[in-house]
Amino acid sequence: MTISLVVLYLLIIAFLGYLGYRKTHGASDYLVAGRDIHPYIMALSYGATFISTSAIVGFGGAASVFGMGILWLTVLNIFVGIFIAFVFFGKRTRIMGYHLQAHTFPEFLGRRFQSPFMQKFAGMIIFLFMPLYAGVVLIGAAKFIQHQFNIDYTTALFFFTLIIAVYVIMGGLKGVMYTDAFQGTIMFVGMLVLLIYTYYTLGGFIDAHSALTAMPVPPPLAAKGHTGWTSMPSFGSEFWWVLVSTIVMGVGIGVLAQPQLVVRFMTVKSNRELNRAILVGGVFILLMTGVAFISGSLSNVFFSKNVNNIEFCQITGAIMEVCPGKKIVTVSAENLARIRAQHPGAQINDEIDLHQGRPHVPTRNGSISIVAAGGNVATVIPQYIKQSMPKWFGLLFMLTLLAAAMSTLSSQFHAMGTAVGRDFYEQIVKDKTEAEERSVFISKIGIGVTILVSVLLAYILPKVYIRGEAIIARGTAIFFGLCAGSFLPAYLGALYFKKITKAGALAGMIGGFSVASFWLLFVHAAESSVIGLSMALFGRPALFGKTLGIVDPMFIALPVSIILTVAVSLFSQKPDAEHVDKCFKNI
Amino acid sequence: MFGLGDGWVFSAYMLCIASSILCVVYGILKWNSDGDTVKDLEQEHWVEDEIKIEKQL
Repeated sequence: MTISLVVLYLLIIAFLGYLGYRKTHGASDYLVAGRDIHPYIMALSYGATFISTSAIVGFGGAASVFGMGILWLTVLNIFVGIFIAFVFFGKRTRIMGYHLQAHTFPEFLGRRFQSPFMQKFAGMIIFLFMPLYAGVVLIGAAKFIQHQFNIDYTTALFFFTLIIAVYVIMGGLKGVMYTDAFQGTIMFVGMLVLLIYTYYTLGGFIDAHSALTAMPVPPPLAAKGHTGWTSMPSFGSEFWWVLVSTIVMGVGIGVLAQPQLVVRFMTVKSNRELNRAILVGGVFILLMTGVAFISGSLSNVFFSKNVNNIEFCQITGAIMEVCPGKKIVTVSAENLARIRAQHPGAQINDEIDLHQGRPHVPTRNGSISIVAAGGNVATVIPQYIKQSMPKWFGLLFMLTLLAAAMSTLSSQFHAMGTAVGRDFYEQIVKDKTEAEERSVFISKIGIGVTILVSVLLAYILPKVYIRGEAIIARGTAIFFGLCAGSFLPAYLGALYFKKITKAGALAGMIGGFSVASFWLLFVHAAESSVIGLSMALFGRPALFGKTLGIVDPMFIALPVSIILTVAVSLFSQKPDAEHVDKCFKNI
Repeated sequence: MFGLGDGWVFSAYMLCIASSILCVVYGILKWNSDGDTVKDLEQEHWVEDEIKIEKQL
């Protein structure tokens, strides 16, 4: 049953990829889908690209820890990621992009500010850092396939990548968008069923919420500022900073400057299509992150009340099949709090026998989600689905997650490949006509190369970092932070401010990129301790201590980038008036 | 407040739904507006220019 469903799904994807291939007749089709895409396809493709598996599984799992305060991210996802993005960024991007004959996000910025260097620099950021983001999405998907079908991780990674590679390379952006829209439809249905079923299982809307509100907060969580699953963490606490600065603001605002999303605005015929896409997009995102966050939070009620009478391990509190007991666990920063709840003297790097030699005894007493999932955030949602839903839904949800991963990856690969072909190769080759003719071909090679790099990262990273799941959220956060810090002020300036100069935009971009990189490498403890450069150079996992160590890179890089863009623009050569008029024509 | 613990979370819950409704209402109200494609706009300019030139002649 499972296999035939997956095969059917892959056949449909193959057909849609082929359709994209058949309808692609040149660079414009390959790069911006011929600027003639239907609003429904555009909206679902944008939404499905926006929402990856890590948004559903990773952030849904985070919701089980942070609670419903994370719904502020959904507010930003819809209001900023859809409404503001389409109405205030999308419409102008489309018209300006047409006047400038831009086919990629770096090309848009480069031509708007008449700076080929800017195009190459932006292309380089995408080419160098997006493989990390794509790599971690690949890790999430391949791990999921590995567990679902009980196959080897490397085999799962290889075949999964191969399937996506074929339709991205063959079908261009049309192939990507057709398959995205189909995958978006599956995600839509899957999440809608999850929402209804969750409230139904827990006795209805208000009863479910009241039960969650009434749950006592375990002391280790309360020590970090947790005040309950239906209230915000205490202001200024560690949990508050992580929730507000990294999760809500970092991801919520960072989305505005994502190259693989911006290019979609240039794929529709007129602003009317964008108006219509807003309707579909708004509902789609509510059903994606809104449902993932609500279900993730409410899973705490399900597990602690043990609604479906599951067997938990008496000693660790985890569901029997994911109980990390029996084996000896090495204490790390991540599991320290959980282990200390039962072993108060535990220190980092200690090896603890969670079962203390005692046998594996089942109990029907439930635990909160994160404990039930054996301490692994990424296991919460898959276990919740498995334990609470009927089997057919498990299958549907599996397709939902595959779809979410594939749609995000295909767009990333496309953006990275075009960064190589269009933004880099075409810019450095002297003979422009020859360069343009070969651009699609080079983009295809670029896609191939970036896929290889991403796969290599997905292969190596889980081996280097044993806590592989944490790297998924980190990789996503790194890319969002870098994009917002580097591109957002220049992009906003390009669309709204005629007085922003080439030097100003460049200064903001390079400054924002440098500050974000520095913060990630040396200050923000979550990344710097994983990357290890700070440790190697200064003997400390993060400089400047704990307080600054939890402030998200975007919080620092974005203001610096804005100030540099404005300040340098005030004192540098004014942009060519004729060119600016051409850009702002019809706006 | 629907069984939720504090005003912030209640507001977030409501604003999620409100933002979605905003998107739907905006989409419906503007369903048929802004239909001019850039190519149409270019053509308009061309027609205007033509009329101007003819008048001058």
